[in-house]
Order: sequence, then C-alpha cells, then structure tokens
Amino acid sequence: MKKLLKKLYIFLILLFLYAPIIVLIVYSFNASKSRAVWQGFSLTWYQQLFTDSKILSALETTFLIALIASVVATVLGTFAAMGMMKMKKKTFETVRTITYIPVLNPDIVTGVSLMMLFAFIGIELGFVSMLLAHITFCTPYVIISVLPKLYQLDMSVYEAAQDLGAKPFYALRKTIIPQLMPGIVTGFLLSFTLSVDDFVISYFTTGGHVENLSMIVFSMARKGVNPKINAVSALLFVTVMILLLIVNKRELSSKKHAAKNKDTLLNREKQIIKYRRNEGK
Amino acid sequence: MSKRRFAFPYLIWMTIFIVVPLFLIFFYAFTDNASGKTLFTLEHVKAIFQPLYLKVIGRSFYMSLIATLVCFVMGYPAAMILASKDFSQKNTMLILIVLPMWMNFLLRTYSWLSLLENEGLINRFLVSIGLGQVQLMYNNFAVILGMVYNFLPFMILPIYSVLVKIDKSVVEAAKDLGANGARVFLRIIFPLSMPGVVSGITMTFMPALSTFVISRLLSGGKITLIGNIIEQQFTITGDWGLGSALSLLLMVLIFISMIFINKYGDESVGAGGLL
Repeated sequence: MKKLLKKLYIFLILLFLYAPIIVLIVYSFNASKSRAVWQGFSLTWYQQLFTDSKILSALETTFLIALIASVVATVLGTFAAMGMMKMKKKTFETVRTITYIPVLNPDIVTGVSLMMLFAFIGIELGFVSMLLAHITFCTPYVIISVLPKLYQLDMSVYEAAQDLGAKPFYALRKTIIPQLMPGIVTGFLLSFTLSVDDFVISYFTTGGHVENLSMIVFSMARKGVNPKINAVSALLFVTVMILLLIVNKRELSSKKHAAKNKDTLLNREKQIIKYRRNEGK
Repeated sequence: MSKRRFAFPYLIWMTIFIVVPLFLIFFYAFTDNASGKTLFTLEHVKAIFQPLYLKVIGRSFYMSLIATLVCFVMGYPAAMILASKDFSQKNTMLILIVLPMWMNFLLRTYSWLSLLENEGLINRFLVSIGLGQVQLMYNNFAVILGMVYNFLPFMILPIYSVLVKIDKSVVEAAKDLGANGARVFLRIIFPLSMPGVVSGITMTFMPALSTFVISRLLSGGKITLIGNIIEQQFTITGDWGLGSALSLLLMVLIFISMIFINKYGDESVGAGGLL
C-alpha cells in the first residue's frame, strides 16, 4: 500500500512535468487550427513549417550558430583547460572563478552585459554578435568537461613519444588528445545542446536582425497559441531530447568503465577542488 | 606538455567577453552621460527605490518565494521517495525528473499556454463537466504555476542527492533508541538534509526571480517582474543605466546566494545537475 502510494506520487510528479509537453506535441499533429478540438492526424503544420522561409532561415541560423560555436568553444576550452593545469594555484583559482560567471549568472544579465559590450566595441548586433555570445557561454562547459580528464592523464606516454623523436605538437596530438577525447566530446555535445536551446542570451545579442528557433517561438507565442509553433517546438524538443540522451548515455557508459569514479558534471567540480587542494600541499 | 600559453587565447576571450561586460554593468549603473560628459552618479541605483520599481521588486520576491515554497512542498516528498531504498527503477525516474532541467524553458512555458488559455484543454474539460470557464491565465496563479513547473527539478535533485548520502545506521540507531517515524524524520533526516534544501531553495528562487519569459507569456505582459523591467530597458526604453542597476541587483543576490550555498549548501550540486 505504502509502496503503491509512493509510486503514485512519483507518477503524478512526472505527469505534471511531461503532460504539457506531450499535449503540445500531440496537438502539433492536429488537423484543425483550433487547438482544443481534435480533428484527426495530419502533418499540415509540419508541411507549412518547411515552406515558411522565416522558420527555415531560423532553423539554418540555429544549427549554423550551434555548430560553429561548439567547435570554436571546444578548441578554445580544451586548450584553455590544458593551459590552466600549468597555472599557479592563485591564477588557476581566479580563472576558474571567472569561468564560472556565465554558468552562474542569470541568463538575462549575461545577455544584456554582452549587448552593452557589442555596442561599446562597435560590433553591430546580428549573426556575428550572436555567435560570439554563444561561444562565450559554451566555452566554460567545455572547460568543466575537460579539466577532470586532465587530472587522470598518463604523462609517460607523451614523454615516451618525445623520447622516440616525436615533435611536441605531434606527440600532443597522438598521445594527449586521445586521452582527453571523452571529455572533449562531452564538452562539444553540451555546447551544441546549450546553443540550440538558448533563448535569452540570443534574444539580447541579435537586436532582432537574426532569429533562431527559440526566438521565433517567443515572438509567435506572444500572440497566443499557434499550431505552427507547436510543430517548431516539437522539433526542437525532440532534437534537444536526443542530444541529451546521447550525452547521458555517454556519461553512463563511461561510468560503467570507470566504476570507481562517477564522472558526472555533478562530481567534476568536487574533483577539481580536491585535485587543487592536493596540488597545494 | 600542455604549456601555460595554451590558455592565452581563452584568457583574452575571457577578459573581453566575461570581464569587460561585467565592468560595463557597473559602469552604466553608476555613470550618467546626459550632459555629454560621463559623470559618476547614484541616480540609477536610487531609481530602483522609486515606489514603481520597489513594487515590482516586491512582487518578484513575493511570487518567487511562493513558487519556491510550492516547489519545496512538492519536491521534498518526491526526493525522499526517490532516495528510499525500496523504490524500483530509481535511475530511470531520476533521469526523467532531471531531463527537463536541461530543456528550453521557453518551450516548457509555452506548452502551458495551450492548457491554460480560455479555449484550452483544462477549460474545455471544465465546461464539458458543467463547471464553466475559469480564467486560468493572465494572473498571478499562471505565473507562479509556470515558475513551479520550470524549476521543480532544481528543487528535487539537490535534496535527493543529499538524502541518498545519509548514513542509514544513524536512522537505525534512532529507531533502536525508540524514536518513531515522525521523530526520526524531524530530528535526524530533515536536519541532515538541510544542505540539499538550501541548494534547492537557491536554485529555484534565483531563476524565478530573474525570469522575464514566464511572466511575459503566461500573464500576457500584464504582470511585470524585475526581468521584464530589465528587458524593457534594453529593448524598448533604452535606459541602460536603470537596466544595469537592476542587473547589478540580481548579481548581488546571486553572489549572496553563492556565499550561502558555499557555507550551508551542498556544493556538489552546482549548475550541472545529473548530466
């Protein structure tokens, strides 16, 4: 009885969390424009989606920005993490704290502060400013993903490669980078997901000249419910869901391989702190 | 191997795109450019204390507090059930509860529109059973519901992760010494779960306080929160001074809550969640 009640409670919580999204997706297949009446299954809204030039260009912007931003953030963040390892304790702490600012600050503050920056240095709001903003909020997540991998690094392989005559950069590419790869890929996937998902920061850094999918949803949703937004939302939702499941699955399987240490973002921060403390001794 | 100079490109990036924007918030919050010269001023900070804005700040606090309280009341039992030993499929349930944390809150807020609006599903149901239409949107209720919906996972996760770490032998010892269920909860489990509660409360309260999307969409622009004022200053009014001063207020609150979390909270549950 008690067990059943527990199950029921969790079921109700999950129902609360997922019901609105399921309704949203179901109604994106509704033949009628009136969202409350079900008039049969149809793909009309999806068809309209792919003929709407505004939505198509938003789709292009979303994925182009996500791709470029996550690639740049991954390269920038990976090298940053490697460099940070060699810093003195105080410098490291400072850089780490600053890196966490975009993660902890409310998105609206990050958004408006970047908007002021672009006005200040004279970059016109649009695609470029949006891209710069996305790189800025993605890079910290790459650093957080890669740093713990650096602590577990086996340096002897790198030294051996150099002893055998490999040039430093070649040795780096062949010995260090492969060991860091799981962290780098997680960082990349997280960046990509966050970029596709972002609304607030994009909203303030594009000045209305460029729109991503979230911005389209926002500007249309202000005028009320529209089955076309349901279709956009459903697509966005499924995309992000798949990306998240990939990230999660990677984390879970890497957990199985290294069962001793749960390698989640949850524990990374702790690992970083612990490592730095030992370093200080 | 990895040399310190590898971090140089990022250090430059970080300085331009993280440090300078922060400085700009301070700069605009404390200077005035009206007379053509940039002068130090406290006007923008003072402006926050005008009755008009004080009312908005008060409303933001009030609604975020209620949302946080509701999240706590709903979330604590959920976290306890998830943390209890005899609950099967724990991991699947946990992932299902955490996944929305990483999903676009704009979409999640929008999804409530089709349920709450006058011709929405809930109202159609109420009409069909003869109860008549109820105004569910464009009021405090809708905005608070939106906040609870969006931030509930942020309450459950930190409490859960503290509860699973509680040493079972302490609970057993209390029971052996004759404490009943309620007493064990009040004297052992709840006090030990405080770090998670503190983290959960801050992780729910802060995003609720700074939102502008939830209030904009679910109240149709009728209810103004701090976030909406900031948004207006930067997109319509162009009063960056006031916008920056209010952003600064949010940052100060984040800073205070971080100190609070570091002191009393569970530090392992940062912004990351389970992923």
